[in-house]
Amino acid sequence: MIPILRVHKPGLHTTVQDLGRYGLQSMGVPVSGALDTTALRIANHLVGNEPTIAALEVLGAGPVLEVTTESVRIAVAGGKALIELLSPYRRQLPTFESFCLHRGDVFCIGPVTDMAMTYLSVEGGFDLPPAMGSLSTYTRGGFGGFNGRQLESDDELSLVLSAAPVRDELRFVERRLPGDLPIRIIPGPQDDFFTPESLHTLVSCDYTVSSAVDRMGMRLKGPLLEHARGFNITSDGTAPGSIQVPGDGLPIVLLADRQTTGGYPKIGCVISADLPTVARLRPGNTIRFALATLEQAAEARRERESWFARFRSHIKRSTLSGIIDPITLHTQNLVSGVVGPDDATELGK
Amino acid sequence: MNPPAKFLPNGDTVMVVEFGEEIDLDISRRVTALYAGVNALELAGITDLVPTFRSLAIHYDPEIVSFAGLENTLAKILPDLPIDDFTGRDWSIPACYDLDLSPDLEAVAEACSLSIEEVIQRHSSDTYHVYMVGFLPGYPYLGDLTAEIALPRKATPNLRIPARSIAIAERMTAVYPIECPGGWHVIGRTPVRLFDETASPPALLAQGDRVRFTPISRREYDCLAEKDAGANHVLPHGKSAT
Repeated sequence: MIPILRVHKPGLHTTVQDLGRYGLQSMGVPVSGALDTTALRIANHLVGNEPTIAALEVLGAGPVLEVTTESVRIAVAGGKALIELLSPYRRQLPTFESFCLHRGDVFCIGPVTDMAMTYLSVEGGFDLPPAMGSLSTYTRGGFGGFNGRQLESDDELSLVLSAAPVRDELRFVERRLPGDLPIRIIPGPQDDFFTPESLHTLVSCDYTVSSAVDRMGMRLKGPLLEHARGFNITSDGTAPGSIQVPGDGLPIVLLADRQTTGGYPKIGCVISADLPTVARLRPGNTIRFALATLEQAAEARRERESWFARFRSHIKRSTLSGIIDPITLHTQNLVSGVVGPDDATELGK
Repeated sequence: MNPPAKFLPNGDTVMVVEFGEEIDLDISRRVTALYAGVNALELAGITDLVPTFRSLAIHYDPEIVSFAGLENTLAKILPDLPIDDFTGRDWSIPACYDLDLSPDLEAVAEACSLSIEEVIQRHSSDTYHVYMVGFLPGYPYLGDLTAEIALPRKATPNLRIPARSIAIAERMTAVYPIECPGGWHVIGRTPVRLFDETASPPALLAQGDRVRFTPISRREYDCLAEKDAGANHVLPHGKSAT
C-alpha cells in the first residue's frame, strides 16, 4: 500500500512548496517556493529533513488530513495555529515540535492567527514528481507540487516513508521566528524614476498591508510615492522583494510567485534576510522600511545564519516518540521555554 | 559609440546590468551577448540569468559571490563580447488567422484602415526578434511589428485569452502560452505549444531567437492542434494579478 496523507479538507490555500525553482527565469518561469523559508527550514529540521525537502505551506486556515500509513513524523512551524488530533480522540498537538501520528489518525491545522502562514513537514517528504527540478507549486502555471494546484478535498499525498523511524522527537523551545520591523531595503534599480522625496516617504512613513496579498505580491496602503518619469518602464528583471510602484503610487512588494520581468519602476528591494518577515505579514499589519546597504544586507544574512546556529542549540529532545501522551503534552506546554536536565542533550547539526 | 553598461543592485541577490532604457535591437544584442558571455564563464554562485529588453538580471548567492566581485568580472569581459553574431535559432510558427480564433482581427483591421488580408500579410511577412521571454512561462516578446498595425494596448484587458493566441500591441507581437487575462489584440492562434513543463527546455523560444509566422488554413490548424491534443494539459485560469 502506498503511504499517503489523505486530504479531508484542503484549507484556504494549501500548497506543496520547497525552496523554489531556479535556472528557468530566462523562460519566464517564476521561482516560487516557500514564502517563509525560515519557517520551512525549521519545520524540516524538526523532522530530520534536509532544508530542500518540500513541505505543505498553509495560508490562512489549514487542512484536515488523515494518516493512511503505519506512522508518519510531522512538525508544524510558522505562525500560531491550533494543531489538533480529531480522531480517534481529540487532543491538542504541539507546534515547533515533531510528533508521530499513526494509521487512521485525523488531524487539523486551525487558522493561523498571528501570521500569514505556517508549514507542515513530514519526515522523508512527499513522493511527488518534480516539475522542472522542484516540487514548488506554481498555481498560475498549473505545474509543480500536487498536480500544479492547491490541495482539494480527497487528494492523496504520497509519502516517501511508510513508517516513521523510531527515535526521540525534537522540540524548538523558543517557538519564535526571528525578524522585526523595520524591513530593510536597498534603493533601485529605478529609484531615479521617483521624486527624491518619495524614497524618503517610503522609509519614514508607516504603510499598511492591504487585503490584496497573494503568493505573487503584497500591495501596501499609505502615503503615495510620486513618479518623476512616468510609471511605465521597458520591462526588466524583477527580484524577490522588489518594490514596484504602478500608476496609483502605492508600492507592491513582489513575493515568491513574482513574474520574472515587469514593466513598473522599482524604487527599491527588500534585503533577502528580511523577506520572510515581510511575507508573514497579514492584511492590516503595519510595515515600516529602512534604508540599507549591500554590506548591511550581507551582515543581516550572517546574523540569520548565526540565528540558525543558535536555533540548533535550542532544539531539545522530547519524550513524545510514538504515543501521544496528553499529560506530557500538557506539561510541556506549561513549561515551554524552560529546559529540564533531561532535555539538556544538545542535538546540534 | 554605445553608452557604458550600468551595474545596478536589485536587492542583495540580483545585479542588473543595464544597457539602455528603450526597446532597441542594438541594446537587445548587447544583452544577448552578455547573457552568452556570463553563461560561458560558469561562475560559481550564479543562480539565474534573466535577459530582458534592456538588461541582464543576474541572480546570485551573496554568500558565494559579491556585487563588487561580479562587477569586476563583468567589466573585464564586456568590451570584448561579440555583439553581432547571431547565435539564436530560426523558427517558423504556423499561424491560423481564422476569424473564430481571432476575436480582435476585424477591429485591428478597421483601426488601421487595412483589410483583414492586409493585416495578416503585414503580420506574417516580417521576421521577428525574440527580445525576451517573461510575464508568463514561455511568453515571448517579439518585435518589431510594423508600425502599420501597431496599436496601443486595450483599455480594458480581456479576462480570458485562450492558450496559443497570437496577439499584438504597440510594436510587439506575442503568443500566449497558457490561458490568462491580457490586454493585447488577439489576431490569430497557433497549434504549437510554446511551453511544456515536461519538455527540456520547457519553453520553445529563447531570447535571441528569430521567428516568422506562417499562415495556415483552419483545416491545417485543426489537424495540427489535434495531433498535440493528447499532450495538451488543461491549465487553470490566471487569477487577477496583484
